[in-house]
Amino acid sequence: MRALRLSALLGLLAVPTPVGAAPARVVSMNLCTDQLAMLLAAPGQLLSVSWLARDPRSSAMPEEAEAYPFHHGGAEEIFLLNPDLVIAGRYTGRATVAMLERLGIPVLIVDPARSLDDVRDRIAEVGAALGRAEEADRLIAGVDARLASLRAAAPAIRKRAAIYAARGYTSGPASLSGAILDAAGLDNVAAEAGFAGGGQLPLEQLVMLDPDLVVLPTRWPAASVAEEILDHPALRSLQARARVAPLTDSDWVCGTPAVLNAVETLARAAEALE
Amino acid sequence: MIRFGWLLAELAALVAVLFAASLLIGPAGLPAGESLRALIAGDGGVMTLVMREIRLPRAILAVLVGGSLGLAGAAMQGYLRNPLAEPGLLGVSGSAALGAVLAIQTGLSAAFVLALPVAALVGAGLAAVLLLALAGSRGGSLTLILAGIAISALAGALTSLVLNLSPNPFAASDIMFWMMGSLADRSFLHVWLCLPFVLAGAALLMPLSRGLDALTLGEDAAESLGISLVRLRLRLVAGVALLVGATTAVTGAVGFVGLVVPHILRRAVGAMPGRLLPASALGGAAMVLAADIAVRLILPDRDLKLGVLTAIVGAPLFLHLVFRTRREGA
Repeated sequence: MRALRLSALLGLLAVPTPVGAAPARVVSMNLCTDQLAMLLAAPGQLLSVSWLARDPRSSAMPEEAEAYPFHHGGAEEIFLLNPDLVIAGRYTGRATVAMLERLGIPVLIVDPARSLDDVRDRIAEVGAALGRAEEADRLIAGVDARLASLRAAAPAIRKRAAIYAARGYTSGPASLSGAILDAAGLDNVAAEAGFAGGGQLPLEQLVMLDPDLVVLPTRWPAASVAEEILDHPALRSLQARARVAPLTDSDWVCGTPAVLNAVETLARAAEALE
Repeated sequence: MIRFGWLLAELAALVAVLFAASLLIGPAGLPAGESLRALIAGDGGVMTLVMREIRLPRAILAVLVGGSLGLAGAAMQGYLRNPLAEPGLLGVSGSAALGAVLAIQTGLSAAFVLALPVAALVGAGLAAVLLLALAGSRGGSLTLILAGIAISALAGALTSLVLNLSPNPFAASDIMFWMMGSLADRSFLHVWLCLPFVLAGAALLMPLSRGLDALTLGEDAAESLGISLVRLRLRLVAGVALLVGATTAVTGAVGFVGLVVPHILRRAVGAMPGRLLPASALGGAAMVLAADIAVRLILPDRDLKLGVLTAIVGAPLFLHLVFRTRREGA
């Protein structure tokens, strides 16, 4: 077994994938790159996605992911798939990625999207790495068209909204969630509190900011102390003054075309404010 | 006696001042006069909401948690005649946290609200019974501390295990809350959840003062004075379980309060364990109020855990006490 693996390793080292040729055996290691790869890859090109891609609470494409074998992100699992390209997120499985690179496997590291422009860039980046630039262009054109129509339909008067999640985490304008809020025609109160990216917004500050709309996450099974803040009587009182829109993790968490679903849902909630 | 009365009055005044400070300090930076008016008069605006629903329950909980831990620590030290006995160090708080985590993760606390404090006080009670059984009534330092280490290690590991097995992605990060304790974003729900148990625990422990004083003369002398050691021990375990269990269930395990406060106040009460009970309750309330003000001033946007500060103060003192105990050859 070891000899076999060693020869596989030597084989990879001896015959590196020629520059420019499309990889034929691709493994994705990150929930967000999983979805981009599933959207862009040619039939048979994508070997495996992460187990999270099948989880409907996190993934916007759980049904599509059923068609692919899944892995748990271990270096051994991925190495044995003998990939000629691994796509990983910037912050996921860093030790695993370092190990795979040491073993001579090409790894594309994709940064998380922090804006809607980033979403276009990530699609183009993964498309180029898969040798599927045309598919990527088509996908981007679709995103642009839908976004333009969503922006055109956005309410004229911008209301003030806050995203508020477990542990009082809020997302500022320089985050993907903030970009979704903005595209839905809402002003982010986190910016008024001085947040650029994300961070913990104390509940009393949220209450004092008195937003028109609070975007709250869907709850996870089994309870946690971190989420208890969402049951706080002060937040409940705020909900009596403001409207609430749901934040479904699967549409919000990754820079894929699914964020437009989040924009659309939120824009509808914003319209209802008037 | 007059001096002792003054001491209690001074401690109560300190608690009152810190309580007011706790109400006035917060990340929203509200003006003091206006916020107090909003608290008392209540205009239905957002400031009233902040004062009544966020800051007031937080300050009340600080008093309940600190008072409970101070009182429980003083009572345990009095009974075991050992200054190292403290609910956090000996794993009583950790076992309470385990009970609370089990109640939450099994869904018991969602089905039945009181399951949370009850499960925590069962955890605390089991740990206290186990400790007293292992350490014996005299509480030799080495056996007591070793038993405490074993109980807290086991409780901590099982708490982590249960939270790691949870399907909730936030459960694992809750480990820090249960190990270090926090008053951030607690509400009146939590106050009402622990208040009846805290009052019952205090009602059980406060009358022990005469028995604990008698116990300083030795067990035989205490029994000859009409103190029933069996009853004393039962009330001690029940009281400590109620106090530590109920407060840990809503704020996580805050360590060292029951060690530091009795140590500071012991000389002021003339080393009488009975008098140390009310004094430590007030002192504990003051310590937790002060620590909770400090976490909001030091890192206002980071939710620094309460137990971090109490451990920074308490752990060096604990080492000092270990050193002194060793020198005395106890």
